[in-house]
Amino acid sequence: MGVTTAQERAEAVRLRARFLEAGAENVDCAILQPAETLLDLYGEDIRARTYVTHDPARGEVMLRPDFTVPVVQMHMETGAAPSRYTYAGEVFRRQEEHPERAPEYFQVGFELFADDDSAQADAEVFALFAETLAPYRLRAVTGDIGILTAAVAGLETSERRRAALMRHIWRPRRFRALLDRYSGRSPVPASRKALLAAENPMDTAAPAIGLRSEAEVAARIVSLREDAAEGPLCESQVALIDTLLAVRETCSFALEQLHDIAVDMPALLPAVERFERRCEALAARGVDVATLEFEASYGRSSMEYYDGFVFGFVPTTRPDLPPVATGGRYDALTERLGNGRAAPAVGGVIRPGLLLQTGERA
Amino acid sequence: MSVKLGVPSKGRLMEKTFDWFGARGVGLARTGNEREYAGAVDGVEGVDLVLLSAGEIPRELAAGRIHLGVTGTDLIREKLVQWDQKVEPLAELGFGQADLIVAVPACWVDVDTLDDLDAAAAAFRAEHGFRMRIATKYHRLVREYLRRGGVADYQLVDSQGATEGTVKNLTAEAVADITSTGDTLRANHLKVIDEEPVLRSQATLFRSRTAKLDEADRAVLRTLMAKLDV
Repeated sequence: MGVTTAQERAEAVRLRARFLEAGAENVDCAILQPAETLLDLYGEDIRARTYVTHDPARGEVMLRPDFTVPVVQMHMETGAAPSRYTYAGEVFRRQEEHPERAPEYFQVGFELFADDDSAQADAEVFALFAETLAPYRLRAVTGDIGILTAAVAGLETSERRRAALMRHIWRPRRFRALLDRYSGRSPVPASRKALLAAENPMDTAAPAIGLRSEAEVAARIVSLREDAAEGPLCESQVALIDTLLAVRETCSFALEQLHDIAVDMPALLPAVERFERRCEALAARGVDVATLEFEASYGRSSMEYYDGFVFGFVPTTRPDLPPVATGGRYDALTERLGNGRAAPAVGGVIRPGLLLQTGERA
Repeated sequence: MSVKLGVPSKGRLMEKTFDWFGARGVGLARTGNEREYAGAVDGVEGVDLVLLSAGEIPRELAAGRIHLGVTGTDLIREKLVQWDQKVEPLAELGFGQADLIVAVPACWVDVDTLDDLDAAAAAFRAEHGFRMRIATKYHRLVREYLRRGGVADYQLVDSQGATEGTVKNLTAEAVADITSTGDTLRANHLKVIDEEPVLRSQATLFRSRTAKLDEADRAVLRTLMAKLDV
């Protein structure tokens, strides 16, 4: 479908004007970003999705894959809460798996840094997007990564296992494999059995080479032995996670189901109450939570820096297209970029090119 | 016009390729002096031999500048995005077998699976302050393999040769490389992790899906393929 760059840019400017009206300050950032920061945050995988190039003086640089990281950095240097920012510009994504998708497109964003009432901030951002996108045939989906992390934090198991699961929250398959192993659903690999059974596992003819020291190897063996001694994670705990991940309902019903799950897992309650306050704040802003969709697993595989409320707007008539708008809360990201100093934030982006492609307004 | 056949320009790979074609009644030979990359085809009319580095054959096939080419599956998969839309494998030639594998120091007695590698990488990053380095030249294939295996907290560092030495030289903690016998790995005190390899590769005859053919070329290609029984 032919959407020209000029049309896309004009649409971006129109949407940004809408965000300016909502009280945001216009910001911009460099297209060339230091690759190091993003690689450190997202790991090697991001290379497959971004353009990384080399500059003899600056080292590795990346064509900005989004605005969020530079905007957070800018806010943490200069801004005070509450602050609202908007921006419009091109972002660049390598599309190895989907050459038919655009490698360069516009994003228009709105980011809200506010450290008092997260429910109100979440609701403000979502309501602004819902209102801006109301004329289009889009379906809104919401989720909450914070509920899953609360469930993992509440598991009756060792701190080590909870930390390993937490590390893989955004990798659903690996997360599942860990749960299966901790609960004894999948067998212990033969190599692990042999290692645990060995009297002197460090006895090897192989010379010590490389940076990872013998002490590090020994430390891991100790932790593997402790883990084996701990015994399996209780089936009922795994079942709670399964039930939780399967919640897919309107917000009102999802809230009821989550309250039921929290009866068996009290650690979940604060997160469920946060969800409840968000629903109230959304309703107060005119969002119909009785029909708004909620999926407990939404945003797990593609939105790795969101750690609380998440949302997306997907075209109802074009299932082949990616979401037209996505957003969420990313407190942990600000904490990592701020070296421990957090700046609670929630925001989202619209892709004007996709909005034009989805065609007619409803 | 003619049908262009790309073949590795030197070494065992070239010789074995010549043997494979020769056994099927298609004589391939280098012509001119030792240093000149020119060749001749005997037994089929209308086929030109193009001698190329094995690493360039994938690109030439994808660009349609050669119609057929012999190279390793590893190079096709690493260098071509959506390779199966650009080339079609016609025959595995039964030599040049090698696996692309991930190997770690043999002294890492606690690491045998990808699961172990991931856990070791997490602990390594916490201890050393940077992500565990894996040396390779097969960036795309290895990254995709580790992503599917759920390994995080690693980084790939580029190594275009002598990759097995990087661990001892402290420029990487692990390697991902092609191996056929494993001798070089063992000599460098490395062990292959106990998982399916990233890729099993061997010398393979590929057909370009993009190269243009006129009627006469089409007939030549049919004759050649019939003769090769592919």
